[in-house]
Amino acid sequence: MPVSSLAAPALAPPLRDPAARSRLTALVLVVAVLWPLLALADFRPWLLFEPGNLQVMANFLAGFLPPSTAPDFLALLAKATLETLAIATAGIALAIVIAVPLAIVATRALAVSRIGPGPGRGLGVVVRTAARGLLTVLRAIPEVVWALVFVRALGLGPGAGVLALAVTYGGMLGKVYTEILESGDTRAARALLEAGSPRLGALFYALVPGAAQELASYTVYRWECAVRASVVMGFVGAGGLGQLMDQSMKMLNGGEASTILVTFLLLVLVADALSVVIRKVLA
Amino acid sequence: MPGDVRLDGVGFVHANGHRALKGVSLELAHGERVAVIGPSGAGKTTLVRVLGTSLRPTEGRIEIDGVDPWQLGAGGLRRLRARIGVVHQSAPIPPRLRVVTAVLAGRLGAWPTWKGLVSLLVPSDAEGAREALARLDLGDRVFDRCDRLSGGQLQRVGIARVLYQRPDYLLADEPVSALDPTLADQSVGALVEASASGGATLVASLHAVDLALKWFPRTIGMKAGAIVFDRPTVAVSRAMLHELYATEGRVLPEQGVEPIADLRSDNVVALARPGCQ
Amino acid sequence: MSAASIRPASPPTRLEPCWACIALTAALIAAVVASFAYLAVDWRQLFSDESMRLMAKFVREFFPPDLTPAFVAKAAWGALQTFAVAAIGTLLAVVGGGVLALPAAGRFGLAPRLAARFVLNLLRSVPELVWAALMVIAAGLGPFAGTLALALHTTGVLGRLYAESLENVPPLPERALRDAGAGRLAAFAYATLPLVTAQGVAYALYRLEMNIRMAAVLGFVGAGGLGQLLYFHLSIFQQAQAATLLIAMFLLVFAVDSLSAWARGTLASAHG
Repeated sequence: MPVSSLAAPALAPPLRDPAARSRLTALVLVVAVLWPLLALADFRPWLLFEPGNLQVMANFLAGFLPPSTAPDFLALLAKATLETLAIATAGIALAIVIAVPLAIVATRALAVSRIGPGPGRGLGVVVRTAARGLLTVLRAIPEVVWALVFVRALGLGPGAGVLALAVTYGGMLGKVYTEILESGDTRAARALLEAGSPRLGALFYALVPGAAQELASYTVYRWECAVRASVVMGFVGAGGLGQLMDQSMKMLNGGEASTILVTFLLLVLVADALSVVIRKVLA
Repeated sequence: MPGDVRLDGVGFVHANGHRALKGVSLELAHGERVAVIGPSGAGKTTLVRVLGTSLRPTEGRIEIDGVDPWQLGAGGLRRLRARIGVVHQSAPIPPRLRVVTAVLAGRLGAWPTWKGLVSLLVPSDAEGAREALARLDLGDRVFDRCDRLSGGQLQRVGIARVLYQRPDYLLADEPVSALDPTLADQSVGALVEASASGGATLVASLHAVDLALKWFPRTIGMKAGAIVFDRPTVAVSRAMLHELYATEGRVLPEQGVEPIADLRSDNVVALARPGCQ
Repeated sequence: MSAASIRPASPPTRLEPCWACIALTAALIAAVVASFAYLAVDWRQLFSDESMRLMAKFVREFFPPDLTPAFVAKAAWGALQTFAVAAIGTLLAVVGGGVLALPAAGRFGLAPRLAARFVLNLLRSVPELVWAALMVIAAGLGPFAGTLALALHTTGVLGRLYAESLENVPPLPERALRDAGAGRLAAFAYATLPLVTAQGVAYALYRLEMNIRMAAVLGFVGAGGLGQLLYFHLSIFQQAQAATLLIAMFLLVFAVDSLSAWARGTLASAHG
């Protein structure tokens, strides 16, 4: 039997990975972009380990213990904690007041002019886009920045924090409310609108029953975030635990700072637990 | 004259290019009762939606009460829509609602907004809702929650809502496909009775031919988006039905408790008792 | 047919008010009212004529924003620096979070799992601004402190998300490779990593969007970038410059959001 069928194969050109070129390019691009970014960010990790710096850090960390438990400081702490909670709750309440009307205007689930399409569809598109645009603008600037501006305008204190929360979280709540209303089964709302129901009627009879749990759940989650944000805003003078901590750190009082930090962590834990409980009840 | 509906060469093409209606022309008088039958994909649902001002025809003209609804302003269109009641193929009711609230929602178009909102918390007309539900054998479930009902019961709640609305135009898109024969018959009967006593114009698209022949004095047959025949029911022959449903095989779809008469005759035969009770 | 005999429980025959709902609503309203009362913000004084006049004057001075080329260049430089802080910080967090996610997902036993989870929780519970204040003391003023702060906080966030992804990933592919003799790291890299990469990058991009906003803010405690400039100019009541910086912040956020959405879109389509 001839074995010519097992003739040696002709030398084929070496296989080239089609993805190799684009991957190499991507790698080069990443490194090329990374270098200037590292420079811009002044990235010098060795700084942390310079002996002088290490000493400063060690001193500061040492100052953290023992945590301060002076009674008049604790009284101040309790007051600041309550203030933080109050800022968060009042801020979210105002945010809801801003978010709900905007969401009703912006959501496509309640857009009567889209049925058909019927009269007023041009105006409808304009109004909905404007409402969504407003929600985006409200969300774009972090609440701390608003807080800074309001503190400059209205003076130190919790009022600035409440307004800052109302503006930013109003935008966030509004956007998510709009999406939640559109994401469910919108047939029920459409059926009511086609039977001549006013928009609010269609909202409460057709959209809210299905969406209520999700709406409430997100709102409670945002309240929890608001508690954290209230502390952060305090650093720019908007009251609460943050302002207290800022003052303590400026006076390099590590003991007070650590107590406040621990209180803050506990507060966040409690808010988290409360949020879980409320969301479970709403289910 | 009030209660008139006219379609003139109405066509509808979906956004994806699919043509659902082609050259549909018909006239309905005040208080008339019409059944629309045809195989799946014939355009029955689209026709009902065009009549209900849910879809705007891409060709042709529609007139309700002598007025083109798409030339009305937003307020006028809303008031017109409040006089049109549509029973959908599957009830568009959120599950967590209570039956009484779902039924009362039918009058949201007629009530002032505050009344509708207050009714959510404290039903303003529980008796009226119960009466509408009783016509569909659901009177005892007034305060139950919709997610505790079966599919067929939920469908009947949807019908009750339209009955409670007391519209001038009653449109139904395959309202009883999900119901068993006895309930289907009873529900179509309730719709017909509402039309007769209230003087409402009734248009019902039905998949089951026997129900159409039993309850409606006028039958429209549709196929591939066009009207194939539009006749008094007594003049609908066996041959016309078979040709209409040719694509669905040799057996005509039925749902009622009374079988369609003998299949072998080809003559123009009176197949059903015209009129209802 | 007797209806009552076949139904398990008879439906309600009258209106039953939902006591739990009413109680909860009342409690929430009470909480809101109490909050406003406790803050005792003198809203009347806040919105008095004098106050509104001062505020109007304050707002008016934001317009027009300072658009001189020199300042715009400064704002652009600040924006680039803020972007660098956010990008490097997020990148470090991807590495840190990835490394901590392995024990946190239970791959090395129970004790490391609890320890890793504790560390991750600690890292993410402390807000970025607090970290930044601490890092400024450790590393001095400037963007480096901001980068470290973001890296620490985001490690906690991403670490937890990555740990959850790892726990949800099907174990079979990796086990198959181990059974075929592959080393632990190789098996992980070839079998599990590809499954979580897409989701991991999506999370990282989403965090980048958050971190851009945070990086701007960290400047308030001296961590460089747009934030530091904004704080400075607002402190000396130079609203026109502040307006420019706010616009720059808005544009930067918008640009990063769009970039991130596009990147997530391409990744999603690439992975089907």
